[in-house]
Amino acid sequence: MSVANRPERPLSPHLQVYRLPMLAILSILHRATGIALSVGGLYLATWVMYAASNPRAYALFQSFNVSIAGRIVLGGWLFSAFFHLFNGIRHLFWDAGYGFEIKDAERSGWIVVAAALVATAASWAVGLRLM
Amino acid sequence: MAEFALPANSKIGVGETYAAAAGTKNVKKFKVYRWSPDDGKKPTVDTYEVDMDACGPMVLDALIKIKNEIDSSLTFRRSCREGVCGSCAMNIDGTNTLACTKYISDVKGDIKIYPLPHMPVVKDLVPDLNVPYAQLASIEPWLKSTTAPPTRERLQSPAERAKLDGLWECILCFCCSTSCPSYWWSGERYLGPAILLQAYRWLADSRDEAKGERLDNLEDPFRLYRCHTIMNCTKACPKSLNPAKAIAEIKKLMVERTI
Repeated sequence: MSVANRPERPLSPHLQVYRLPMLAILSILHRATGIALSVGGLYLATWVMYAASNPRAYALFQSFNVSIAGRIVLGGWLFSAFFHLFNGIRHLFWDAGYGFEIKDAERSGWIVVAAALVATAASWAVGLRLM
Repeated sequence: MAEFALPANSKIGVGETYAAAAGTKNVKKFKVYRWSPDDGKKPTVDTYEVDMDACGPMVLDALIKIKNEIDSSLTFRRSCREGVCGSCAMNIDGTNTLACTKYISDVKGDIKIYPLPHMPVVKDLVPDLNVPYAQLASIEPWLKSTTAPPTRERLQSPAERAKLDGLWECILCFCCSTSCPSYWWSGERYLGPAILLQAYRWLADSRDEAKGERLDNLEDPFRLYRCHTIMNCTKACPKSLNPAKAIAEIKKLMVERTI
């Protein structure tokens, strides 16, 4: 068949069929938490603006913060901050050329996940005590 | 921009099922991606039931058995059948690897086989590799020197030669490049792990005298720096090489020459 008559070649499936390894999922999580931090930054800025305007507006914003949805937003932001921070440190080691063996990269990945969870829980607990 | 969904002409339908002969005891199902340029149909996944009591141990053995005994139209590349030529690279059970070195028994349940991901399909399991080959040519993968040729071989110390271990063994199967999401989304501008490992193979060669020129060619937001250390490349490599590490070494060379 001549090239001119050839039907357009299909694209082979990618995300649809690839079984993403744990390392790839952590990479996606790094991107996702980065986006969450940007959007969450707007949320925190809004909080500060309400605090600066008047007590009634602040109380209104606070009432959302203490609701279930508000706690999910703040807890999510806190986890995003810690995960992105610790994984950023992991990236610094990679930039220096360390930790590229698969088992080392997987171990450092699990350490980052565990450290982010512990730091989120610990700072949440400290925050509750200060209230 | 990253296009996560498949284009309309690439959506995969349900295909034929080729049942094993009645009374076959040890059956394994192979679900294989099919597309032909000749029939005007969209891609499908055909199911072949293969008698494991009369089949070799590797996925390639099953594919050859299917082609010989069940469906001669099934199309795939193969040559050495021992993991040195890189022809039979494909996506098996969700991971890119060589069909000839992948044990059927390592896969639980049905064996799903697709072409290398996010590539134009020539037919069935044969992807069009023109872009990665052109990218390989772009890094000029040969020894370059400006000094006069010596009267004998260009000598290398054992330590200098050792720096090429883990680089020269690449068989250019492109399991790594086509496992890389960055290569999926930016494959025409990002060189991808296979080519960057080759680029580093020449940067690391003590006899090569074009290091500056080679780094100049890679100093680009896309060619090199689309690597985000996702590590699918290293995870997929059937030769257990480490393209992610090679790319990191190139990035280090970039920094070193500016400080």
